[in-house]
Parts: sequence; C-alpha cells; structure tokens
Amino acid sequence: METTAVKSNFKSEEYFINMGPQHPATHGVLRLLLTIDGEIIKKVEPDLGYIHRSIEKMCERDSYQQIVHLTDRMDYLSSHINNEAVCLTVENALQLEIPDRVQVIRTILSELTRIASHCLWWGVMGMDVGALTTYFYGFRDREMINDIFEETCGARLTMNYNIPGGLMFDIHPNFVKRTKEFITHFKTKLPEYDTLLTGNIIFQKRTKGVGILSKEDAISFGASGPVGRASGYSCDVRKHHPYSAYDRVTFNEALKTEGDTFARYQVRIQEMWESMAIIEQLIDNIPEGEHKVATNAVIKLPKGEFYQKVETARGELGVYIISTGTKNPYRVKFRSPGFSNLSLLNHIAVGGKIGDLVASMATLDLVIPDIDR
Amino acid sequence: MSYFSDIYNGIKTLLTGMSVTGKYFLTSRKGAITQQYPDNRDTLKMFERFRGEVVMPHDENNEHQCTGCQKCELACPNGSIEIIWDRGIDEATGKKKKFIDKHVYHLGLCTMCGLCIEACPTDAIVWAQNYENSTYDRTQLTKVLNRPGSKVKAGVED
Repeated sequence: METTAVKSNFKSEEYFINMGPQHPATHGVLRLLLTIDGEIIKKVEPDLGYIHRSIEKMCERDSYQQIVHLTDRMDYLSSHINNEAVCLTVENALQLEIPDRVQVIRTILSELTRIASHCLWWGVMGMDVGALTTYFYGFRDREMINDIFEETCGARLTMNYNIPGGLMFDIHPNFVKRTKEFITHFKTKLPEYDTLLTGNIIFQKRTKGVGILSKEDAISFGASGPVGRASGYSCDVRKHHPYSAYDRVTFNEALKTEGDTFARYQVRIQEMWESMAIIEQLIDNIPEGEHKVATNAVIKLPKGEFYQKVETARGELGVYIISTGTKNPYRVKFRSPGFSNLSLLNHIAVGGKIGDLVASMATLDLVIPDIDR
Repeated sequence: MSYFSDIYNGIKTLLTGMSVTGKYFLTSRKGAITQQYPDNRDTLKMFERFRGEVVMPHDENNEHQCTGCQKCELACPNGSIEIIWDRGIDEATGKKKKFIDKHVYHLGLCTMCGLCIEACPTDAIVWAQNYENSTYDRTQLTKVLNRPGSKVKAGVED
C-alpha cells in the first residue's frame, strides 16, 4: 500500500536545454532548443539565423556572373553543383546551346563533388556515433578529390569553375588521369568503409530503428535527396528531370524503404557506388570542343521567371530567378535541401533519446550555411 | 542468451573493423598521408592554377600590361579592386591616353572567385600561388599591384 502511493506521486519534470550553437554534433552554428523529460526528447525546436549572410539579397545587387560565386558559400560541400544550378538557370533563360564537352565535364565534377561530400559525411557520421577512426579514412579519400579540384579549378572548396555559358577554363591535362586513379583507388577503399563501420553491431544498434520517417511524411515535409530516398520516396532529380549529361548515363537510384537512420546511411554508401559508375561511363569519352560559348559581357535575362532544380549531395536545390530584363535579377530564391530536411527533425526525434537525435541528425547531413544562406 | 550473443557479435565486428586499421598500422610508412606543413615549405609546391592572390607581373623594364580599362573593377563582386587612374599624353602617338596611377587590391575582401582575371583583356593580372597570406595588421592586406614608377608596356591596347 505504501509503495503504490509513492509510485503515483513520483513524477518527472520536463525541462529545457540548449544544444548548440557551438555543439560539435550540430555541424555548425545550429541551435536546437530541446524539451526533454529525463533522457526522452519531447520537442526539438531549431533556431536558425546564426550564419545568415543574406545571399539572396546580395544576388539582387550582383550581375549574373557574380551570383555564381556566392552559391559556393551556401552548401560548401557541394559547391560545384550549386554553381551549376545557377548557370543552368541563366543558360536556360538565355536559351544557350551548351557544348557536349561542358555538359560532360560538369557531370563528372558534380559526381566527384558528391563523392567528396559523402566521404566527409561518412567520416563525421562515424564520429557522431563514437567511432573516431572513420574521420581519418573519409578525409583521406576526400583529399584526392580535393587535389583534382585544386588542379583543375584552382580551389579546393569554393571552386567557382562554372560561368554562365560553360566553364571558366578547360580541364587540366592531368584531370582524366587523376580521376581514373581516384576511381581505382576508391573502389578498393569503399569496401573498407563497410568493414569498418557498416557491419559493426554497435553502430547498427545505434542506427537501426532510430529516427524513422515514413514515405508519406517524407513527401509532406518536402524531404529530398538521400533522406527522402531512404524512406522509399523516389525523388532523384538526376533521374526524373535529367540535366547536363545525366540523360546519357545509366545509373540506379539508391532506394530503401525502411526510412530509419541506417537506411539513410546505406543510401549514401550506395550513392557513392553509383557516382563512381557515372564517372566511369563518362571519363573515357569526354567530347572534344569548346569549353564555353560566348555570352555578352553584361548578361541581361529576358523578362520572366526561371526555375531550375538540380540534385546536390543533400537533395534538391532549386534556383528561382525573377528577371525584369535588367542586368541584375529582381529576385533570386534558393530552395535549399537542408532547410526542408531540418524541418522534419522534430518529427523523427520526438520520443527518442538524445543520442538518437545525434545519430539521426548525422544522417540528415545538415550543412548550416545552406539552411541559413 | 541474446545478451551474450550481442557481446560476442560486438567484439567480433569490432575486431573485423580493427583488422582494417591494424593493416594500415602495420603497412603504412610514417607520414604517408599527412603533410608536415611548416617544415616542408621548401618542397611544397602548389598547383599552377591555385588561387593564392592576384598579382600584376612586371617585366625587367618595370613595365606592366594594365591599360586601366577597369574591367576587373567592374567584374569584381565585392569591390576588392579599385583603380585610381589619370589621363596623360601618349609619347608615341601624342594622343590623350588613360593610364593607371594605382591598382589597389584589397586581399582582405577578395573571395578568390577569379572573375577579374577572366575579365582582363590584356592578361595584366594573374594568380600567384602563394598561400601564406596572414598578417598581424590588416592594413597590410591592401596592396598596390603596380610597382612605383612602372608604366604600361608599349603596344598593349585593350
């Protein structure tokens, strides 16, 4: 009798803690307001704006060539793909005929960017769930891609290699050789990733059944990229709305139906294999030709609204330009994948533990400058 | 029972992972992957396209190729380049001609986008491959690219 009275009186209290903005697991300056009951998460509220630089507003000030370099600073891990998105929008608006050579080189570089981004994600993912070694392995392979970029584009992270109308300059003579070297190297290293982390029971226990996102929720939250595909939502822009040279390569869209953290992990590993397959199909026959088509020094888009979406390493990036016919855009809007993917964090984290939140956040692969812009 | 099999599987997969790291521990040489940065300054060579900072090459007669057309200034997205120019008499033709007084380059503002170098019609400015740009005083990051007393090379027209 006595014990039941004690039990009914026993209650825990909800309390509130800050995670971030300087928390290593948030991968940047993201602040999460957690309402927790003991270790159980009741509510996650992301607080944004710590790295807001008003890129969209700055685009209204700049000419169309100058916009491109700002997009490097959004999702800095897939900066080449961001540049391509802006260039494609401008080129479509001008109805430019882009040479095959440019399209193929852009596709190869995009896929290299994707592999580099996923390498970094894999390293950080391991570190978030407590495996420090993965970080070094991920960065070792990413370094080779960075070297390729540095040799051809001149920069390792913010390349700004695309210009409206083509590429800033032609590829370096070593580019093909180095890319092939990387593919042969990475083919032997990617199975090591599986041995090291994927098969690990501790890792699987941390990730399987954690942060489950159903297909319906993925669609209604606007999830895209590997997050959406892990829930069985076929949303690969490269497949459904091919741009550049994606219509002339064959690849499989990595799809899983579980929707948990482990499925998102597997989708990204699978995507690295697919990216390598795409590069292999293109690298041997880069068409000869010009590396850019001539545009006016001052680009003026025709009056109207233009939209182009591409698949970055994180999901669907949309560029929406409203032009009034002048040399500056009237309005530029970026639909960034990170923002939509962050919006579902509350949905998948509630009811789990704080450790689960870190694991599921790792597979959302958030890049905070992409969310804040 | 699954408690013990979990422990067994945990250790087994941990050892599987450690077989990879152990292989590297035994086979890789010391310093195989990382660079010993401050010690390898003499041998460290950047790629020829590496964007370190914008420089203006001068030849042995202290002549550069900048005509002062200001295309780089217009192309720059954030005002890193300021050209202070003047008009003078061209000695060869006797006509009035624009020439640069100072080509001011703010390295602290530069985002290394490369649009100025793309825009330059006479290849007067190029990328330098230096990578140690940090200073104690940020006013040192504002540089004048043309050397004192330099003039434009004869025959360079934009």
